[in-house]
Amino acid sequence: MGYLLQQLINGITLGMIYGLIAIGYTMVYGIIGMINFAHGELFMIAAFISIISFLVLGLAGIGWVPVALLIVLAATMLLTSVYGWALERVAYRPLRHSPRLAALITAIGMSIFLQNYVQLLQGARIKPLQPVISGGFQFFTDGKFTVTLSYLQILIAVLTVALMLVFTWVINRTALGRSQRACQQDLKMASLVGVNVDRTISLTFVIGASLASVAGLMFLLLYGVIDFFIGFLAGIKAFTAAVLGGIGSIPGAMLGGLLIGLIEALWSAYFTVEYKDVAAFSILVLVLVFRPTGLLGKPDIEKV
Amino acid sequence: MKRLFAVCLTAAAAMLGTSTVSAEILISTAGPMTGQYASFGEQMKRGAEMAVRDINAKGGVLGQKLELTIGDDACDPKQAVAVANKFVSQGVQFVAGHFCSGSSIPASKVYSEENVLQISPASTNPKLTDEGDANVFRVCGRDDQQGIVAGEFLATKYGSKKIAILHDKTAYGKGLADETKKALNGAGISEAMYEAYTAGEKDYSALVSKMKQAGVDVFYLGGYHTEAGLMIRQAREQSYNVQLVSGDALVTDEFWKITGNSGAGTLMTFSPDPRKNPNAAPVVKKFRDTGYEPEGYTLYTYGAIQAWAQAAERAGTTNTQRVIRALRAGQFDTVLGKIGFDNKGDVTAPGYVWYEWKGGTYDYVSN
Repeated sequence: MGYLLQQLINGITLGMIYGLIAIGYTMVYGIIGMINFAHGELFMIAAFISIISFLVLGLAGIGWVPVALLIVLAATMLLTSVYGWALERVAYRPLRHSPRLAALITAIGMSIFLQNYVQLLQGARIKPLQPVISGGFQFFTDGKFTVTLSYLQILIAVLTVALMLVFTWVINRTALGRSQRACQQDLKMASLVGVNVDRTISLTFVIGASLASVAGLMFLLLYGVIDFFIGFLAGIKAFTAAVLGGIGSIPGAMLGGLLIGLIEALWSAYFTVEYKDVAAFSILVLVLVFRPTGLLGKPDIEKV
Repeated sequence: MKRLFAVCLTAAAAMLGTSTVSAEILISTAGPMTGQYASFGEQMKRGAEMAVRDINAKGGVLGQKLELTIGDDACDPKQAVAVANKFVSQGVQFVAGHFCSGSSIPASKVYSEENVLQISPASTNPKLTDEGDANVFRVCGRDDQQGIVAGEFLATKYGSKKIAILHDKTAYGKGLADETKKALNGAGISEAMYEAYTAGEKDYSALVSKMKQAGVDVFYLGGYHTEAGLMIRQAREQSYNVQLVSGDALVTDEFWKITGNSGAGTLMTFSPDPRKNPNAAPVVKKFRDTGYEPEGYTLYTYGAIQAWAQAAERAGTTNTQRVIRALRAGQFDTVLGKIGFDNKGDVTAPGYVWYEWKGGTYDYVSN
């Protein structure tokens, strides 16, 4: 029982990080119908910005953890958003009206470019960070197994839930959210009725990047080791999560992320670790066989 | 267009021409210069550069200067073959490489077809020399030796405890884990868990919880330092005091950078530390003067190049077949001590000893 609880905690923590990245994929797909394969690299860049910010703060002598965390969070969100905005402006906007394949290849190109850019700038070696927040609660001792819930895992959960609430409010209650929903329904019609499409798309990239930046910071705090290649694996998993939850659906992305994290943890717990990715992808295939639009995706209605 | 093509061809031919006609002997080292094992690539690069500089300062080999070229295989078997082909086309005479067994083995096929000599400073999988041709040598130990040392140690020291064996599915990691398992089972003890994980991931918390649930007291890891470090760090975060025992792929200070103090007490096998070898003292000092600590495989790469240079001097030529005969026949004074090679190409030096990580560095286990 304690063991199951521990594995659920492991899985949910991992799943929240996947979910935050997955929202970026799903939002961009919802509006312009392209898969932004460079999104995983934004997550990686965010992790690098976070580690650099921590080092700078360390040099500046700001050691009080809550303040340091807030500063790092703000700096990372800001700078990663700039990357996200620039990515759209430089690589995707000029190709807005070209065939979808061109945009897709550009996205893959940008992904390779950003990876190599960080590798050249920061070196290929891993970058470690000593634990910033350590310690946690121990509870549920059933004889031999003690469940550990670290402060960091609580922080990740609180931050993720808070971000989701703010984000849902933005989508449903603000002018920006209204334009986003309009663009999602029909890009051309939205522009005809006065929605500033370019601005909406730019802001979508900015929001996606800032969510990925929170994921990057959490990843750095949780595992303490990053390298220029982390964006690839995390990107693939998050993209899978977005498809599983139904690409285009924002709650679906979070649900998909949590599911992938839980499947990986629980499969590792009760079956062989070697096949955990096989398990995750098999479930994806099964879901797509029975629900081609994913768990929460809306089926495309043919307009006649 | 046609004329442009012709010009390109001529230019290419001219470039090829200069590299083969030049009076220098081209040698190379190859390893993971990028990627997550890049710290080992750096060890090899530093060792090779220093060796070439020192040999050239003494007049080179057979009166010719050495020129070093460096290949990056990123520990990827496919890239290793590409690097090997590139070396062959450049006219490289001798390769001190590669690092990962999974790279050395496929690359060795290319070298043997093209008659290039290979001495690996670091690849420990038995298959490299068992299945390799006459042109393959190594100055490090073998995983069947290392596995026996590890398995017997686990059996005597932790025989009454629960032991897990993990590997990362690579030629090196799985090979080492299986040899250790064989030796452990041979001593009449069976492991409580045998699992494979995927290298390159960062989250091993599920695997750590699984070991904790199974009550594993000590786990043996066939794999590299990044994953070993992450596992031990994540175990400590779950307040799980498991003992890590592993092999020679932990000999880099990056391991400690990942674990911090939670890495203290980690045990590993590695060949006797050449830095403590009196013959190596001047070289070690030279490295330290440049601000670099010659840890891990740095001196092994240095020693591999020394052995080749001395064999070539004795053979009186850099002809691969004659150098091979000289390598088999003689003893060589290197920073690794006096070494020779057996018929398979394995080094006849002492095997493996135990090290413990403590305070950011590793040293012999004090008994």
